Amino acid sequence: MKYILMMNADKRNFDAYAKWSKEDLQRNVAFMRAFNKELRDAGVFVATEGLGAPNEAKSVRAGGDGEPITDGVFPESKEFLAGYWIIDVESPEQAYNIAARASSAPGPGGTPGSMPIEVRRVLGGFADLGL
Amino acid sequence: MLRELTPQVLGTVVRRFRDFAAAEDAVQEALLAAATQWPDEGVPGNPRAWLTQVAFRRMADRMRSESARRRREDEMALEASRAANAATAIDAAPEEDDTLVLLFMCCHPALTAASAIALTLRAVGGLTTAEIARAFLVPEATMAQRISRARQCIQDSGIPFQLPTKAEQGRRLTAVLHVLYLIFNEGYTSSGGPRLQRVEMSREAIRLMRSLCNRLPDEAEVAGLLALMLLTDARRMARTNGEGDLIPLNQQDRALWDRRQIAEGLALISAALPKGPAGPYQLQAAVAAVHDEAARAEDTDWPQILALYDLLGRMADNPMVALNHAIAAAMVNGPTRGLELLDKLSTDARVGDHHRFHAVRAHLLEMAGDRDGAIKHYRAAAGKTGSLPERNYLLMQAARLSSERHETPAARAEKAEGI
Amino acid sequence: MKYILLMSGTKAGVDTYHAWSQGDAETHMAVLRSINKELSESGEFVATQGLAGPEEARVVRGETKGVPVTDGIFPESKEFLLGYWIVDVESPERAYAIAGRISGAPGPGGAPTNMPIEVRRLATER
Repeated sequence: MKYILMMNADKRNFDAYAKWSKEDLQRNVAFMRAFNKELRDAGVFVATEGLGAPNEAKSVRAGGDGEPITDGVFPESKEFLAGYWIIDVESPEQAYNIAARASSAPGPGGTPGSMPIEVRRVLGGFADLGL
Repeated sequence: MLRELTPQVLGTVVRRFRDFAAAEDAVQEALLAAATQWPDEGVPGNPRAWLTQVAFRRMADRMRSESARRRREDEMALEASRAANAATAIDAAPEEDDTLVLLFMCCHPALTAASAIALTLRAVGGLTTAEIARAFLVPEATMAQRISRARQCIQDSGIPFQLPTKAEQGRRLTAVLHVLYLIFNEGYTSSGGPRLQRVEMSREAIRLMRSLCNRLPDEAEVAGLLALMLLTDARRMARTNGEGDLIPLNQQDRALWDRRQIAEGLALISAALPKGPAGPYQLQAAVAAVHDEAARAEDTDWPQILALYDLLGRMADNPMVALNHAIAAAMVNGPTRGLELLDKLSTDARVGDHHRFHAVRAHLLEMAGDRDGAIKHYRAAAGKTGSLPERNYLLMQAARLSSERHETPAARAEKAEGI
Repeated sequence: MKYILLMSGTKAGVDTYHAWSQGDAETHMAVLRSINKELSESGEFVATQGLAGPEEARVVRGETKGVPVTDGIFPESKEFLLGYWIVDVESPERAYAIAGRISGAPGPGGAPTNMPIEVRRLATER
């Protein structure tokens, strides 16, 4: 069963992360590298992506004349997708355990975090959803 | 102690070079060197780093001697793909050089860069669609489509299967060099990438450039681009550490640079430059040569580099060249001069808000002693780059300066007091 | 350059969608499928995924004594991700154009849904 594990963050979180100390940054990066390797070694890894900072994010709607209307303004409190993992596992519990591990990524000072990780089942194409 | 360090060092070498058997050999040699040298010279301050460095050098030596063998294999592979492609080419004249014709066709200016790259790698490079797809991290079906559309585009535009006319030659050759340069910049297998070994695009680009160089020995820009690739690729091993972190040029371990590639690059550019007015690739190769000739970062001949960028700047209006020019100016005339040049660039829409612009400004501000300004621009650059290793590097610089900022004499005194 | 195009919705939005006529829903899906097909043919398609609804979603915050701490249902008003596309394109403008097409996919009565599609650059590992 495929699950997506999503890290969301608002602009404040992004800005705060940019100000972490060198040690905290190194520790967090090292954790993420090790975590990705664990997923690969366990044979559950499907994909992972990091997203660009939300300053460059655009919201796009269909324009009347076929030209898209782009907008770069979002509510201050909006949570942006920062990155995700897609894993292929036997059960939702396995997905939650892996998410808990991702969630414990070390924060400032090296203390294990409890960053909220959103866990959703992946359904393949939109067609499968009835959506 | 050695027995404790061995698996740690081996782990680092295997993670970096992926070749377990070769890594074991290299580590054994490092241990032997330690057993011989340490009793006389004393145990180094960081024995693990010492062993790792020696093992890395052994691996680099080994790969260098392997590459000579690989080159012979590459020539054979190229012959094979030529034969295969000649069969699908339209009206191939047997006495003409198919490889060169194919290359001109695949890099035709009518194609988008992505199409030209895909088609060149497939038709001239002889890579499989799957290999090219993996290199660019797209599904195989997508890459197959790109290649198929590119072929269709060529067929539809009626481009004949022959060398370009004399009148067209300049423009067409520029297009070929541009495509090969883009392939080269696709670069290296990422350290954290999928298990499947991705074909190294930089090596592929060099292979194709050699082929081009052999067939066009009188074209100085061709030799210039090959020299640029060799002189840049020579630094590859030192550019990232075992974890995939970026290491800037002035901090790289130059013992990891590939001396053979440097020698070849130097020879090529020295032969090409006297042939006439130098084109942009030759000038960029000359800059790379000056860097690669310096035994240590502090030995770099920056005035030479500045002179080369002065020339390059006059040749074409390239904002990235202008950024490098600013750095060179700072190294020769001080950071204020570099910052002045950046100010002129800041109104250029192409680069004024680009991450590289912020990164260079940050670096120069740091040189000038403006810590707060440097921190601000390092963070701005981090927010704009699309590269994760680059983002990490930029945030680390900001973090480093930020912690230094707090180390004022008063703060240090407080720390000492245990406050 | 790789971009991710994110389609989000609220519970209310999804409920409204489920109330569309069969014909409208099928037309909508057909348009999305044809966009996917075009992206495949143009060599720009990388991936697309639909996600299961928020009823099954969990938010995990660390663990206590080895057991993940999970939390359930989203509040009515909160936006959640419905699905995404990843495309490999020549320019950001092309990414916006594709997003505009997706946004313009028809809803009830054939009128464009005009859903906002968030466009983000994907970071590279190099």
